[in-house]
Amino acid sequence: MLKSKTFVKKTRSGGVMKVVREHYLRDDIWCGSETCTECKQDSPVLQKDVCVESNLCSYPHYLVPDTNVVLHQIDVLENPVIRNVIILQTVLQEVRHRSAPVHKRLKDIIHEKEKHFYTFTNEHHRETFIERQPGESANDRNDRAIRVAVKWYSKHLKTLESGPDGLKVVLLTNDLGNKQKAEENGMVAFKFEEYIKSLLANPELVDLLALSNDDKVTAFTDRNFIHILVLFPEHLPLSRIQVGIKSGSYLQGTFRASRDNYLEATVFVQGDGEDSTEVLIQGLQNLNRAVHQDVVAVQLLPRNQWLAPSSVVLQDDGVAKDDDVEEDEEEKLRLSAAEAARKPTGKVVGIIKRNWRPFCGMLNVSQIKESTRHLFTPADRRVPRIRIETRQASTLAGQRIMVAIDGWPKNSRYPNGHFVRSLGGAGEKETEQEVLLLEHDVPHQAFSQAVLSFLPKMPWAITPEDMAKREDLRHLTVCSVDPPGCTDIDDALHCRELENGNFEVGVHIADVSHFIRPGNALDKEAANRGTTVYLCGKRIDMVPELLSSNLCSLRSNVERLAFSCIWEINHKAEILKTRFTKSVINSKASLTYAEAQMRIDDTNKTDDITQSLRGLNKLAKILKRQRIENGALTLSSLEVRFHMDSETHDPIDLQTKELMETNSMVEEFMLLANISVAQKIYDEFSECALLRKHPAPPPSNYDVLIKAAKSKNVEIHVDSAKALADSLDGAKVESFSYFNTLLRILATRCMMQAVYFCSGMDSDFHHYGLASPIYTHFTSPIRRYSDIIVHRLLAVAIGADSTYPDLMDKHKQSALCNNLNYRHKMAQYAQRASVTFHTQLFFKSRGMLNEEGFVLFVRKNAIIVLIPKFGLEGTVFFDTKDKVSPSLVYDEEGPTLKVEQHTFHIFDRVKVTIGLDDSNIQHQKIRMALTEPSIPGVSVPAPEAEPPTKKQKLDR
Amino acid sequence: MAGIELLSDQGYRLDGRKATELRKVQARLGVFAQADGSAYLEQGNTKVLAVVYGPHEMRGSRSRTLHDRAVINCQYSMATFSTAERKRRPHGDRKSTEMSLHLKQTFEAAVMTQLFPRSQIDIYVKILQSDGGNYSVCVNAATLAVIDAGIPMRDYVCACTVGFVDETPLADLCYAEESGGVSSLALALLPRGGQIALVQMDARLHQDHLEALIEAATTACKGVSKVLDEVVRQHLQEASVLTGED
Repeated sequence: MLKSKTFVKKTRSGGVMKVVREHYLRDDIWCGSETCTECKQDSPVLQKDVCVESNLCSYPHYLVPDTNVVLHQIDVLENPVIRNVIILQTVLQEVRHRSAPVHKRLKDIIHEKEKHFYTFTNEHHRETFIERQPGESANDRNDRAIRVAVKWYSKHLKTLESGPDGLKVVLLTNDLGNKQKAEENGMVAFKFEEYIKSLLANPELVDLLALSNDDKVTAFTDRNFIHILVLFPEHLPLSRIQVGIKSGSYLQGTFRASRDNYLEATVFVQGDGEDSTEVLIQGLQNLNRAVHQDVVAVQLLPRNQWLAPSSVVLQDDGVAKDDDVEEDEEEKLRLSAAEAARKPTGKVVGIIKRNWRPFCGMLNVSQIKESTRHLFTPADRRVPRIRIETRQASTLAGQRIMVAIDGWPKNSRYPNGHFVRSLGGAGEKETEQEVLLLEHDVPHQAFSQAVLSFLPKMPWAITPEDMAKREDLRHLTVCSVDPPGCTDIDDALHCRELENGNFEVGVHIADVSHFIRPGNALDKEAANRGTTVYLCGKRIDMVPELLSSNLCSLRSNVERLAFSCIWEINHKAEILKTRFTKSVINSKASLTYAEAQMRIDDTNKTDDITQSLRGLNKLAKILKRQRIENGALTLSSLEVRFHMDSETHDPIDLQTKELMETNSMVEEFMLLANISVAQKIYDEFSECALLRKHPAPPPSNYDVLIKAAKSKNVEIHVDSAKALADSLDGAKVESFSYFNTLLRILATRCMMQAVYFCSGMDSDFHHYGLASPIYTHFTSPIRRYSDIIVHRLLAVAIGADSTYPDLMDKHKQSALCNNLNYRHKMAQYAQRASVTFHTQLFFKSRGMLNEEGFVLFVRKNAIIVLIPKFGLEGTVFFDTKDKVSPSLVYDEEGPTLKVEQHTFHIFDRVKVTIGLDDSNIQHQKIRMALTEPSIPGVSVPAPEAEPPTKKQKLDR
Repeated sequence: MAGIELLSDQGYRLDGRKATELRKVQARLGVFAQADGSAYLEQGNTKVLAVVYGPHEMRGSRSRTLHDRAVINCQYSMATFSTAERKRRPHGDRKSTEMSLHLKQTFEAAVMTQLFPRSQIDIYVKILQSDGGNYSVCVNAATLAVIDAGIPMRDYVCACTVGFVDETPLADLCYAEESGGVSSLALALLPRGGQIALVQMDARLHQDHLEALIEAATTACKGVSKVLDEVVRQHLQEASVLTGED
């Protein structure tokens, strides 16, 4: 029973407390090697035949990296070439303390069978445990522990009969002292760089190497900067930052670089509860090497140095040649700042936590041909350029690549990094799609075998057991209404008149939770993905296709499992009775919105489906009216659809989405189902119901909207959602029919994000946009994980299923909500990015166009124009680098911008030319130029109209 | 920064034990001559002294006298030096009172009290050093003390705390594990018949996991009973050798 043989006490004092812990040493920890006959291990991890061609060690060997090697060179370790590595427990623990992401990656490698990474629990091994000696630092002790373990391994492997040139272990360390001591003790030790460079067969690994600290100094200073320039102030050590934060002299927050201006950023300081502040930071010195998303400490500047956020758009175009180009650009920032608009301004004094991830982007090949150092421009404009060292620049030019940052010394204008991998040629659709998925952190790999193993076996049919537990609703006239081409149908409806004159309305949702059982690999994968992502012409599924497009899809004329929500509703659309049940349905028709609309409108049709649709439509109209009376908002955003060429998948036409009555009919019942379910699960589980809320925006958010409306003499009231909805409805301007839509677009921008939350962790449930006291998502379990959780909760509430631990744990639930919110946000951004990319492809094929648009925002040096026809937004700059800029007078109150003689207001009607600017292949953008009103020196002549014949062809 | 990892991927706990392994148990019987029975027990770093007086006639208020069986009186206390920070009040606080009550209930289930009507058995336990699993170690020590006093019991009462981490039950938690946010369960078992004398759990745990946890606790308790049995036999052997020589 008791396996511990020796007993050692480990005393660790920290602070005032003395902690005494037991530390058992074992003799049943095996070496993990296949060759070993001494150890009684079941499944050895390390291979017998290790073949890595290295000109440093010609013998077969296992690698033992030390902590710093793992921390800095994880990219290399992840490479499939590196196999048969022994990770010591000491190293694993140190990595865990120092960097959570690297620890996660290391654990992933260890779990991968192909990599043959073995974790040796040296701290609990009888022969490799060492005690810290007096006067020895913790780091030194760990280094010694690593050496002792290596020593043990070499001795252990030597006793095997594999002979003198048999297996050896090689210590990889970048610490010279460590290496020296190891060699003195007769161990084989190399510097990591040395070893990797000796791998003759795999020269590509060298590029993956991160620069270690002492290398950086030599690599980038003595050759390039003869006089060592210190560009940035030193970062404060963590201990001083902590003291500063405690005393209130520094603030801790997340660094968010500005998208438009590389010299400006805000630091979001999370306060207690509601009072969070944003600190403005301007200028390279003050930004002090912080990178987007880092957690930093800032010090506020004295009030008289506070600045206003500039509305200048600045891009870092300067090549790294000389570093004082910035000076005059920084000057440009200072000029502004009206007294009122000044914001708390500060400077970064230290970095609390770096949040560096590998960045996608492109290489700017250095002008000097032989140079191995190049600048890399990330696709995300908020991330600075990165200097990397590579010998394959010529092949990498024109490709999208990934690069990781290694560090940012204070004498370097740009951070130093290393190449991770190549994604493919820039501008290719596949590559660009990959880039935008990676940049938005969308998990998009194919589903693993482990995940697929939890799918039901085909052919699948409903079993009698399922049937017995479910209500048979196959006789009902259920039909589904969806956009054309939809294969993942997750909702279907029915409506019939009851004998007492009331209506019975049912919403039937695909029963995904029947197939995805809690806790298995399939469930975990879905929970991680959180949502299905729809890109133009591509869908990244949350669950494997077998479920999303087949077994869970409520297609017509097949029997499907459903979760039904059935109401009895009278003619005034009042709900008399609500019930929920697991059911079996058989959809009679899968319609598109247009088809459903046609059936309703066609008075000759009197079949069951049409009758049912008419009933639904009638009730939906009443429901919608009631909802709007309660203060629900109708907002607007332009959504576009691309007509894709069926073969090349290139967009051939753009169309804004049209809304039909049937759209709102389906939507109305989905809302009703969501609200009913939300109420039910909250009643049943007040602590752990997953709900969705939409907080009311702070009044200041509406400033832009109110100002804009005022310019057209329209009052907007924003005291409540109802007031806003009413004033939006009333806002009309003669001879400007599009005004209302524009206002609604602006109003949408003022809103907060709706979020998922766990009812036990929050007290405010209100959904502002829908004016509902409680809301959740129930109706799309195929494409949203939140709905699966809600299904499970509801199933427990009606006694159709049992709970499981994580479902009832509000902290886990809350963590899940955070992930879902994050994934939803990222999915939205990815969707937008995909639309932008396809718009660019579209304009590439169309050439220059002349279109009418409206001014949506006025900035200091530009106006932002919306083209309703394409749902496209673009910026018209008035100061271009190569031209003399016209006189610009910006008035913040309007806001208006006076360019030479003409004054621009919000909502002005303008004409612009639209074309693709592909001068920068990475940031291809739509360039707009003004044609009307014509301002001499600013506007451009309208391009000639396109040959009409071509256009007609496309329209057909 | 990151919390402590209670169970590594390789299946080792903080102190190098595997999930089902107990701490090292060392015990001695008959440490004091003046008491009727006494025992000292170490389970890892938790060290407990248990002393038993009785059965003797009722002391204090006679009204508590039971006419069909003996009254069991338990008192639990912790030495002021038993924890990392010096404790102010060694006994009489709410936690100690609760613990005394639990011990009393446990031993009422195990001791054959009906053999001694109208009398009283006193069990005093003192924690000398605390490192997790206080209740269980007290029960184990008190069992030995009761045996040393020669009071008949149905069976050894063995107790063990188990915790639940990463879907795995951990046997015999140490302090670091107990305070690491683990939902723990204490179980006192009469191992031969498998009867449960006391189960106690304060934390939230899903019902699905309870069975696995009790299963693990039962196995652990049986392990403890084996060790205790050995200790008792060893003690008896030594005692009989001594008496034989006399």
